[in-house]
Amino acid sequence: MSRMIPVPSNAIVPERDAGKLPILEARHLGIEFGGLKAVDDFNLTVGRTEIAGLIGPNGAGKTTVFNLLTKVYQPTHGTTLLDGKDTHSMTTAQLSRAGVARTFQNIRLFANMSVEDNVKVGLHNRIEYNMWDGILRLPKFWKSERQMREETMELLSIFDMQDLAEYKAGSLPYGAQRRLEIVRALATGPKLLLLDEPAAGMNPHETAELMENIRKIRDTFQIAIMLIEHDMSLVMNVCEGIAVLNYGRIIAKGTPEEIQSNPIVIEAYLGKSKEEDNA
Amino acid sequence: MEKKLKLSAAAKSNTITYSMVTVAFILIYLLDMMDVLSNSLSGQLVPICAYIVMALSLNLTVGVLGELSLGHAGFMSVGAFVGVVVAGCMDGSPDILRFIVSMIVGGVFAGIAGLVIGVPVLRLRGDYLAIVTLAFGEIIKDIINCLYVGVDASGLKIAGSAEALVLGEGGKVLINGPIGAANVPKLSSFFAGFILIMLTLFVVLNLINSRAGRAIMALRDNRIAAESVGIPVTKYKLMAFITSAVLAGMAGVLFSMNFSTIVASKFDFNQSILVLMFVVLGGMGNMRGSIIAATVLTVLPELMRAFEDFRMLLYSVVLILVMIGTNNAKLKAMIGKYTGKITAVFKKRKGETK
Repeated sequence: MSRMIPVPSNAIVPERDAGKLPILEARHLGIEFGGLKAVDDFNLTVGRTEIAGLIGPNGAGKTTVFNLLTKVYQPTHGTTLLDGKDTHSMTTAQLSRAGVARTFQNIRLFANMSVEDNVKVGLHNRIEYNMWDGILRLPKFWKSERQMREETMELLSIFDMQDLAEYKAGSLPYGAQRRLEIVRALATGPKLLLLDEPAAGMNPHETAELMENIRKIRDTFQIAIMLIEHDMSLVMNVCEGIAVLNYGRIIAKGTPEEIQSNPIVIEAYLGKSKEEDNA
Repeated sequence: MEKKLKLSAAAKSNTITYSMVTVAFILIYLLDMMDVLSNSLSGQLVPICAYIVMALSLNLTVGVLGELSLGHAGFMSVGAFVGVVVAGCMDGSPDILRFIVSMIVGGVFAGIAGLVIGVPVLRLRGDYLAIVTLAFGEIIKDIINCLYVGVDASGLKIAGSAEALVLGEGGKVLINGPIGAANVPKLSSFFAGFILIMLTLFVVLNLINSRAGRAIMALRDNRIAAESVGIPVTKYKLMAFITSAVLAGMAGVLFSMNFSTIVASKFDFNQSILVLMFVVLGGMGNMRGSIIAATVLTVLPELMRAFEDFRMLLYSVVLILVMIGTNNAKLKAMIGKYTGKITAVFKKRKGETK
């Protein structure tokens, strides 16, 4: 595991990303739902090729953080810098074009469309032609479609899913649907990939495979990955920096080793022991 | 040859749809020429074509975009009356030119109506489009009901009452308020209807199987996911809705120019629901189904004239039976089994000839 060192913004990134502009910098990010602070004063820096983890007990606000980062929710406090640029006024779709892609905890595929078409929707902003090229079947249509198909097959091959291209996305088994979501997200050409519980519902064998693939994706695409996960073996094995969230606030940040031995984290997960309570 | 056989599933299905329409057209055209068709049925040919275009156009909104429109007859109405006015202004030009120009202008005006409705409404989440289009259909009907349009040597004149419409010598009234448009030139023909169906199919099917169409269907399946991969929601919703409105307007032009008189109350709520019924029965997003449903359900009441008073009662019974039948898993499985057997036989034969 690489050593974590502080950077000027008082945050930590892997050594190889130090000195470079971090891909994501959340500053005092927060959201209130009718007085309830679901996420409060969330500060996090993710390096350009870092695999970061966001963990915490159920209901801690992890998915809410992802929804804030992708502007599904508009933050009520603070902002995030993507690649040094303020994302305050950007919409979800604009953020996607700026390089943020994500998957969802409750899978959100285009269930009635084929696997191939799901990926092609992901390619929407990378390979373009306009409506008239499509309706009139102009040369640009054929050229772009061929390009799209090649790209789609290449992306599907990351998870060996080329044979499933013709199937309806909704008919795939659970694990394959999760993988397809990752492929679709990658198709947008992201700089930062947010994975919301990628291993949920997977068996240990599939999880191990996923771990390999997450590293492989980072190495081939040279992107930053941030993941929410309850499977601690995956988080501790794959992530370089981990942030722990509880009741909407970050209670600890550090390397897997630091997190594992942090008493505050243990308390958040397991509760206080009786002796401490009495003390 | 090898390459041609390797058509994608979508392309194959589209080819079947185009051929089905073409074969049906040729067959019915020949039957009509031989005077085999009854008078009433022969008079229904152009309306059937118009309804098919309407069904295809509404299917684009309901089945592909996933938004409910309850006032599609309103767009048909806009197209119909604009078409009548344009044709009236172009008196003296060759018929084909008049028809084509009316069709284009009628479609464009219906598209503008779609834009005006779509821009504020399609930004909202929820069933607002259904509510607003419902109102639109009624409003358009009332507006045309008190619209008096005439043309004379000095040009087009529009007024709010019969007295206010003062026309010069040789002028003629095109739209006469609640009486509607009279002396509409009969420019439509079964062949024109066929061409319009093919054009609509071409636009709709090519749109669906392209980048824009995939974006539209992605919005239907999961809006949040579509946004997360960078699909601009309003743009593609508008694209689908306006295309749908333009096609409905063109259907309206085709429809109106088949009758010598046309009134605005023809395009009422019932008409919108009728078209919606074609779409639902034919299957959401299923273009071939829409064509078949529109044809069968337009012809059916004519065929049931023998039952006189019980005609509409039987019609509704048939509708209910079809609804139940198409949702019956056992029945579907049975049909699937037989079609499977038939295709298996064909495949076997192909193998033998090789």
